[in-house]
Amino acid sequence: MVMEIVCPAGTPASLRAAVKAGAHTVYCGFNDETNARNFPGLNFDRTEMREGIQFAHKHGSRVLLAINTFPRAGDEAIWHRAISDAERCGADAVILADIGLLDYAARHHPGLRRHLSVQAAAANADVINFYAETFDVKRVVLPRVLSVPEIAAINAETSAETEVFVFGGLCVMAEGRCSLSSYATGLSPNMNGVCSPASHVAYSEQNGVLDAQLGGYTIHRTKSGESAPYPTLCKGCFGAGDKAGYLFEDPVSLNAEQLIPQLQKAGVTALKIEGRQRSRSYVAQVVRNFRAAVDALEAGRDMPSGMLAQLSEGQAMTTGAYKKTWR
Amino acid sequence: MELTVGPNQFFWSADRWSTSYAELVQSPVDRVVLGEVVCSKRLPFYQDRIPEAVSILAEAGKQVALSSLALVTLKRERKQTADLAEMGVEVEINDLTALSYLPENTPFFVGPLVNVYNEGTLGWLAARGATRVCLPPELPLDSVTTLARRGNELGVVIEVWGHGRLPLAISGRCYHARMHGRTKDNCQFACEDDVDGLDVRTMEDQPFLAMNGVQTLSDSYACAAYQVEDLRNAGVKALRLSPQSQGFSQLCAMYRQLLDGQIKPADIATFSKQGDAPVRLSDGFLTGARGVDWSGEDAGQ
Repeated sequence: MVMEIVCPAGTPASLRAAVKAGAHTVYCGFNDETNARNFPGLNFDRTEMREGIQFAHKHGSRVLLAINTFPRAGDEAIWHRAISDAERCGADAVILADIGLLDYAARHHPGLRRHLSVQAAAANADVINFYAETFDVKRVVLPRVLSVPEIAAINAETSAETEVFVFGGLCVMAEGRCSLSSYATGLSPNMNGVCSPASHVAYSEQNGVLDAQLGGYTIHRTKSGESAPYPTLCKGCFGAGDKAGYLFEDPVSLNAEQLIPQLQKAGVTALKIEGRQRSRSYVAQVVRNFRAAVDALEAGRDMPSGMLAQLSEGQAMTTGAYKKTWR
Repeated sequence: MELTVGPNQFFWSADRWSTSYAELVQSPVDRVVLGEVVCSKRLPFYQDRIPEAVSILAEAGKQVALSSLALVTLKRERKQTADLAEMGVEVEINDLTALSYLPENTPFFVGPLVNVYNEGTLGWLAARGATRVCLPPELPLDSVTTLARRGNELGVVIEVWGHGRLPLAISGRCYHARMHGRTKDNCQFACEDDVDGLDVRTMEDQPFLAMNGVQTLSDSYACAAYQVEDLRNAGVKALRLSPQSQGFSQLCAMYRQLLDGQIKPADIATFSKQGDAPVRLSDGFLTGARGVDWSGEDAGQ
């Protein structure tokens, strides 16, 4: 079976662009703190969601709705409402991370298909089977800590489908288990749906040197005129002992396109592209390329090579944890 | 309020490890959770010391529990985690993997690395057998208050991160190994010299984080001393103290005195900021705008 391409859509326009470009599946979120890409001007209100899903269905694509932050104590009703609205809008599945929310959805919306978000960091077959049996989770988005052979081993031991990230931003830490951002800025992926938020970024230039700060911490320093990477915490420049540099990860993004045949052999069902904050033209181009790749694979043709290099905006690319030496 | 000593987060030699637990025998703490949370490669170095530590602490009247690993990926790690259920000691889960091995209705503790952010999750864990939950350190006091109230209704004891470097992130990658140009599989135990983690500084040399193998900690030591009254009023029943290489027994004793009203929060701050190994403190996750913030009387000094 052809591998499923799962594409991000931050706006209704991106959703339509992704569907037209050949996305089998699109994932998106409501425009509030219930999803992990809670950026200003991004995501869908209820009407846009319903119309977007209708558009996708008309063109034979599916829509997954990410409700993948961890509900705030005392305010769970906001997240519960999002689940019930997802079902009402016709979503093909919800992507959840919180145990309480999984339990709620399984009990109150049993007919709504459940996927486990990468934010749940389910990293082995035993815990995946536990989620599948306990909350009837049909698909698990694997955390970006596993090598291809480990993914194959997981698929051999579970009947839940697996979905893996193949392109875009790369979390270095296990997702859903990182408080670096709230430590430095007060806002976190788990609670607020943001990481290293732009509201806490400042640049200052002095004597030919450009500093990039996050929450008052200088984590990048470049010569004026050079391109300065966005100061994401785990990809900042630090010093420790007698060493200095990108101690956690270089400013790289993930590109596993050349691993697609291996991921298919490993039993992976779906390939996920990161980037709900990206433009619709970017989304359309990535979708076209990945669709071409999986179609070529399915037809027994060679994979097109290096097709996405121009989309990485000059950033270096990595295959991340899929190769064991990354660790 | 009670005091719980959390599992040591760092890679200590077997002798240092044993000595630190032997010292806790005399310490006025109520509970000790021990075992490996961070890296499965460390465990073989002190695994055979665990039964002795469990036994002397239990004899001294402490409740003892064994911690599970935070991130379980390898076959060996799955086995280690499954074996915990067979040890005859309460298990503290730090990942649902550990829970998958516990038979229904087995009582268990929940460690701070499980995402318990709301009443729904707390209720589900309680129904599954959780008797004690140490909340994630990231939670603000409002959430702690709501969860402590719900915990009391459910009969689950709520515990809060009281003192120690904050566990901010866990990864598949070992940063200590990477810094030495090695991979995790060939790490040669690059973390063993940093008994409290390795300080990570910004481009302007500000202290910021601490590296501990696959774990990233805060530079600052969280200190809930100034929030003890609020936490008590909220219904929080225990503070968790995280082992550190210097002055830990004395710190435990001081927290007992603080809870008993014999000393003031500033005494703990002063103790932590002076002496042989002064540290920076924070309590921002509970009451500040951001985790690193500190509300103590000495703030800004």
